[in-house]
Amino acid sequence: MNIDLLLLTILLACSLWAVLTRSLLMSAIALASVSIILTLLMFRLDAPIAAVFELSVCAGLITVIFVSTISLTKPITRVELKQQTKARIKRYWYLPVIVFALAGLLGFFMVFPEVPSLAALPDLDVKDVLWKLRQTDILGQIVIILAGVFGVVVLLKEKMNHDGE
Amino acid sequence: MMVNDSSTLFWVFGIFVVLVAVCGFYCIIVTRNFIRTLIGVELLTKAVTLLIVVCGYVSGRAVISQSLAITVIVVEDVIIAVAAGIVFGIFKNIGSLNVTKMRNLKG
Repeated sequence: MNIDLLLLTILLACSLWAVLTRSLLMSAIALASVSIILTLLMFRLDAPIAAVFELSVCAGLITVIFVSTISLTKPITRVELKQQTKARIKRYWYLPVIVFALAGLLGFFMVFPEVPSLAALPDLDVKDVLWKLRQTDILGQIVIILAGVFGVVVLLKEKMNHDGE
Repeated sequence: MMVNDSSTLFWVFGIFVVLVAVCGFYCIIVTRNFIRTLIGVELLTKAVTLLIVVCGYVSGRAVISQSLAITVIVVEDVIIAVAAGIVFGIFKNIGSLNVTKMRNLKG
């Protein structure tokens, strides 16, 4: 449990870093580290397949998407950055205060009721659950992925010129 | 804090899930940058994924919660991909990532 607490603390620190850092690129990297810590936690919580998904998709693919979006768009100039720094500090300094105050409140004053345990299930494999018990989920995932692909194709399509090329 | 049974484990994880979700919400509310909004959404979904996995572990149904977590990860991935495309389209139109400059539909 001590390792879990350590990992959770690092997870929270990385999410704070992702929100508070000035550079968008550093923010994307912090998000990838949040994913990596989440993967470790999932491995510890008996969810290895979801952990592998998290590592490959969230830490890999989404970071690539973020970095390519950041590099395709124009970063703000140094002058603009200097102008925005004061306003930015004004807007963001509440977050660490809120997080630490909430952590203190929840940690010291909250009563932890007993979580009811459910009846044991027959031994199921993840593959059985995915392909037999939750087939509709798989269908939904396929539809969502197709919708996403078509959405990205439509959004990133270059405008055709008058000749239709 | 004594941490030795599954109930306490759930609440310890629950507190951190709430804190990460607060970070995500704050990022979405306060920021004026489109990409940072996506980062806030991503943090929120990560908190939800962790909560699903912890619930499965505590209730002894890790297998089912794992399949649900996989679904959440796939949906999150597609949302971010499409939203990144939308952000790029907006940038091509208005030349900025600042939310306050998107006033084309203002009445």
